[in-house]
Amino acid sequence: MEIINPKLNIDFVSKRKWAFMISGMLLLISLASLATRGLNFGLDFSGGAVMQLRFPGPAPIASIRAALGEIGLGGAVIQEFGAPEEILIRLHQEHQDGKDGELSSKIAQKIVDLVTPLAGNNGKVELRRVEFVGPQVGHELTVNGIWAVVYSWMAILVYVGLRFEFRFALGAVLSLIHDVFMILGYFSITQKEFSLVVVAAVLTVIGYSINDTIVVFDRIRDESKRMRNQPMEAVINEATNRTLSRTINVSLTVVLVLLALFFYGGEVIHDFAIALLLGVVVGTWSSIYVASPTVLVFEHWRLARANKAAPSI
Amino acid sequence: MRHFPLWKTIISLGIVLVSMIYSLPTLMGGVPTWWPGWLPSKTVYRGLDLQGGLYLLLHVETEKAVEQAAENLVDEIRLTLRKGKFRYQSIKREGRETVEVKLPGDVPKADVIKAMKEDFRNSVAEETPDGVRLRLSATEVTELKKFAVDQSIQTIRSRIDQFGVSEPSLQKQGEDRILLQLPGLNDPARAKTLIGRTARLEFKLVDEKGDLNAALAGNIPPDDQLLYEERGGKKGQKPVRQPLLLKKRTNLTGELLTDARVNFDQFGEALVSITFNHQGARRFAQLTGEHVGERMAIVLDDKVYSAPVLREKIEGGRAQITGNFAMEDAHDLAIVLRAGALPAPVTILEERTVGPTLGSDSIREGVLSSLIGGLLVIIFMAVYYKGLGMLANIAVIFNVFIVIAVLAGMQAALTLPGIAGVVLLIGMAVDANVLIIERIREELRLGKSPFAAIDQGYEKAFMTILDSHVTTLSTALILFQFGTGPVRGFAVTLIIGLLSSLFTSITLTRMMLYFILRNRRVQKLSL
Repeated sequence: MEIINPKLNIDFVSKRKWAFMISGMLLLISLASLATRGLNFGLDFSGGAVMQLRFPGPAPIASIRAALGEIGLGGAVIQEFGAPEEILIRLHQEHQDGKDGELSSKIAQKIVDLVTPLAGNNGKVELRRVEFVGPQVGHELTVNGIWAVVYSWMAILVYVGLRFEFRFALGAVLSLIHDVFMILGYFSITQKEFSLVVVAAVLTVIGYSINDTIVVFDRIRDESKRMRNQPMEAVINEATNRTLSRTINVSLTVVLVLLALFFYGGEVIHDFAIALLLGVVVGTWSSIYVASPTVLVFEHWRLARANKAAPSI
Repeated sequence: MRHFPLWKTIISLGIVLVSMIYSLPTLMGGVPTWWPGWLPSKTVYRGLDLQGGLYLLLHVETEKAVEQAAENLVDEIRLTLRKGKFRYQSIKREGRETVEVKLPGDVPKADVIKAMKEDFRNSVAEETPDGVRLRLSATEVTELKKFAVDQSIQTIRSRIDQFGVSEPSLQKQGEDRILLQLPGLNDPARAKTLIGRTARLEFKLVDEKGDLNAALAGNIPPDDQLLYEERGGKKGQKPVRQPLLLKKRTNLTGELLTDARVNFDQFGEALVSITFNHQGARRFAQLTGEHVGERMAIVLDDKVYSAPVLREKIEGGRAQITGNFAMEDAHDLAIVLRAGALPAPVTILEERTVGPTLGSDSIREGVLSSLIGGLLVIIFMAVYYKGLGMLANIAVIFNVFIVIAVLAGMQAALTLPGIAGVVLLIGMAVDANVLIIERIREELRLGKSPFAAIDQGYEKAFMTILDSHVTTLSTALILFQFGTGPVRGFAVTLIIGLLSSLFTSITLTRMMLYFILRNRRVQKLSL
């Protein structure tokens, strides 16, 4: 089967101004949201405690909230988690009994004892998960996460710079920065919880997007040998068109497995799948419309400087 | 394409065969009965989030160990001063690492310093306006801190061993942290109390002459301390807290214990009876003999358990700790006393507890989504790329085999994000194959023969595949470096998967293609 015509010749390059505008606008919205709303940091980064409980029937969230309020935990966030029987109780740092780690299984057990009568009919409430992250660790994880992303940019800058040319490396990293801020922007706008798993997803997207970019770059290098006398625009167009079928098919297979994860992978994997789904779309887009056009921009800039430097007659 | 080197064939087949053998026990959900004993029987080790258990990151308050060492110096300095017949006004710990000694004006400071230098080689003695100061040296402080962490690990390990947990893992992290993983735990709350307890057992005399009311008002005599005894804290009752004014000086500690076990008194109440070693027994006898008629408090982690009146000198080195224990509490107390005290208190920095049912749910969901995702990809590839697509599919399946085999062989933990990594891998592993197939298609369009097209396709795609794998690998390695627990598991599967996909796409599919096509005169490729 062949859906994409092998003779296809879309003029990607001439549409780059539009693409820049779309990307720029989305980036601006992302940045604005990040600046004003920020991210809804999950437990891993903000510190605090999370408890996952399973009730025999639908969880009576209102009465659980009231019961927690009575023991001074009114500020706890209670939400349904995946199914009506399951709830997530989230306590922030300030709810803990002074000392680090005091909010641990002890309070967890206390809460289980407290809500068990609410389950009715001698039902048993099951404590499925307890997570506690102290403020110190939360801070470290945040710093580590930021560094991990920055390191990956740097590693790619160096590798692509060595294997290709510096302007290619710059194009690649710009497209990765673009991808990361798009995902961050999405998580900021929706205020979805930004957890450690999402950071892992972001790094995976970086890996995926650079993979895509490299394939196009490699082809540009190949084609520029063959099309030595043609302008860069034509080379980029040719390379993008020739790899388009691969680009789309691979994105498709990855999207297929991500959809499987999204629908059947369970609640914890849910956000991971969302971040990746978004990342695959953004990463594919940026490989075509951010990475190569950036190379082109540098090419023009270089030509302009060369012209200027040349003595006029 | 006319030739595929024999050694490559052998190595490729070897890798496939070995990975199938290693992954079968896991894929069949356990070692089957007919499985020969000489074959590997390890299954993939499930991370804590999949099998349930407790993950704890502990911080050892090493400064407290230093403080304690300085506190101990106070008694030793007193001995030194007495030995040298120096008079002194007071000896007191100041700050974390120093002890200040106040001397009357007529005592020669230089002589005192000389005596101290002889007795305390690990400390620095210096003059102050009204006496001398002894400070723990920097190397000594570092030593003390290191020792505190190592000792804590040993003590905690021995506590866990006695508690009975299979496959516990304890690691030192950084300078003053301990990472503890206890898989498959039934009662994490109890395990945590057992681990986190300092278990400093001290015997102190009650200051019968001291003014308890004044102390309660905040006016505690300098050599005393105020501690509380809790009584009747059993089910339903509110515990009564009774203050006690104790002499600060510790007469005897749990260090000299040889044994601690659970016993029952005549009313059937659980208690913990302890036995001292020879030296401890002598000290205990001396202590009880000298203070008949006074009360002696048994203090555990700054909580008074009981303060009985000493009626007679107690010989034989046995004592009992009572305190309205529940059976479990008495049992755990005996464990911590036997294992010894932690040299410094520990606090919990991070805790993750996963119940066993959540873990098995996660596995079910993970396996289900892998199967569905894998099936979708296989159908897509078969429809879109036909014969070569099927080859790519076989490669992807072998990829999964290899990942499972390596995980089982290395006993690296498979976590929930790790399963997601496997699913993702199924999607990404076709990438290299798609690159190759698309290239072969292009070459065919240029009018090349099938064999030539295949050769050219693999050759031209090779550099691209290598470049893209190296860059993706570098992000996976960074993820591994930065990640903790579950995320690290994701990075591990990703790294193994990328390496194996490099192998399957470049070598394995090509080999299969060669063996399928070699004896035929192929006019047309199925793709």
